[in-house]
Amino acid sequence: MAELLVGTKKGLFRLEGDAGNGGFEVTARAFAGQSVEYAMRDPRSGRYLASVTSWFYGPKIWVTDDPAGEWQQAEGIALPEGEEQALERIWVIVPGEADGVLYAGGAPGPLFESRDGGVTWELNRPLWEHPTRSDWSPGAGGLCLHTIAPWPGDPQKLLVAISAVGVWLSDDGGETWRHSNTGIVPEYVPEDARDNPIQHCVHDVRRAPGRPERLFMQFHGGVYRSDDAGETWLDVGEGLPSDFGFPVVVDPADPDSAYVIPLIGAEDRTTPGGTVQVWETRDAGTSWTARGEGLPARDAYLTVLRESFDSHGEGDGLELYFGATSGEVFGSADAGANWAQIADHLPPVYSVRTA
Amino acid sequence: MAQVTLRAPLSELCGGRSHEIEGATVSDVLAALEHAHPSIAGWVLDEQGRIREHVNVFVNGTHGVAETQVGPDDRVQVLPAITGG
Repeated sequence: MAELLVGTKKGLFRLEGDAGNGGFEVTARAFAGQSVEYAMRDPRSGRYLASVTSWFYGPKIWVTDDPAGEWQQAEGIALPEGEEQALERIWVIVPGEADGVLYAGGAPGPLFESRDGGVTWELNRPLWEHPTRSDWSPGAGGLCLHTIAPWPGDPQKLLVAISAVGVWLSDDGGETWRHSNTGIVPEYVPEDARDNPIQHCVHDVRRAPGRPERLFMQFHGGVYRSDDAGETWLDVGEGLPSDFGFPVVVDPADPDSAYVIPLIGAEDRTTPGGTVQVWETRDAGTSWTARGEGLPARDAYLTVLRESFDSHGEGDGLELYFGATSGEVFGSADAGANWAQIADHLPPVYSVRTA
Repeated sequence: MAQVTLRAPLSELCGGRSHEIEGATVSDVLAALEHAHPSIAGWVLDEQGRIREHVNVFVNGTHGVAETQVGPDDRVQVLPAITGG
């Protein structure tokens, strides 16, 4: 039985079912009418956390042990008083490596840390007050810190990514940060303006847990790989129908295996040619293969956002799930070889996470 | 003191729809309301003390802003704006 947490424009939906036969149903809904940017279940505690932005009352993080029951508002999700900006939204929540630690990223670029399983949070000041911050520029989705990639087994090492700023690395648990975008080519700016090291519209980064120095990145235009923990990046997007897209997923069993969902970009941002396909590499990006059996093959112009693609398990049994802004959720129980639509008619999907 | 009226979910967070709150301006009243009911911290006012964009405040039936004067017998209503998507 698989459990999916689907964040949408109109609330959080929990889907439960069997990825093998596509029989999923909605077993809980929360935050009706409110935007749920992201929801996840901490595998260590079993606790659910959701990022919710009320159109009226602003962004919050909520926690619960039962998504069909009462939720508790977390404390500390705000920017420092006395500044010009207010928190706009929380994009992502990720378990850290230390006991009870979670991280949350949002707009306009803050990183929050919780040391009590998500009940209280504190702003990471070194990144918020980084001397370069005045030069950070937003992407179309705002100045969003959307990627947080801890290093398995080492709570001191952390990678975050901000659009449209780029990748940041810390080796001391977030006390100091350095940008790391060497090799990434921002083709959306003129060639003679590409020297700026912090103008990179990173869309998503995933780390290979079995080889933590291996990372895959979906960029605003380009798919990249790093073999040195994010110090440098190599373009591996050749062979894809488009190098634009939002999410990337890796197979935990194989650091050479990754999945992307190309979109015609950047002005269109829909599946190329009206055909929905997930593209797979098994050789670290040297070659890519379409995986679309069971996915819409014609007249399907879907948009899949950066947090709307996730996996569960590994290897031949890798389960893959993604949702679209048109309200569909698709799943595969065999590493992308075959797909089935497991939900339809949901509100626009903002995030999909396996629980 | 001004009579402040709330709707759900604010009324649920504050333990009722009607509250007697003192303040010379809308901003003062909302800050005092937040102080009396910390559970709505960040809901009506953002962390910089500004009224959230999609929250409307009426004083005696007239749309008010942060600086609108509030008298001791005035009615202050806090409502979600007619917006969304």
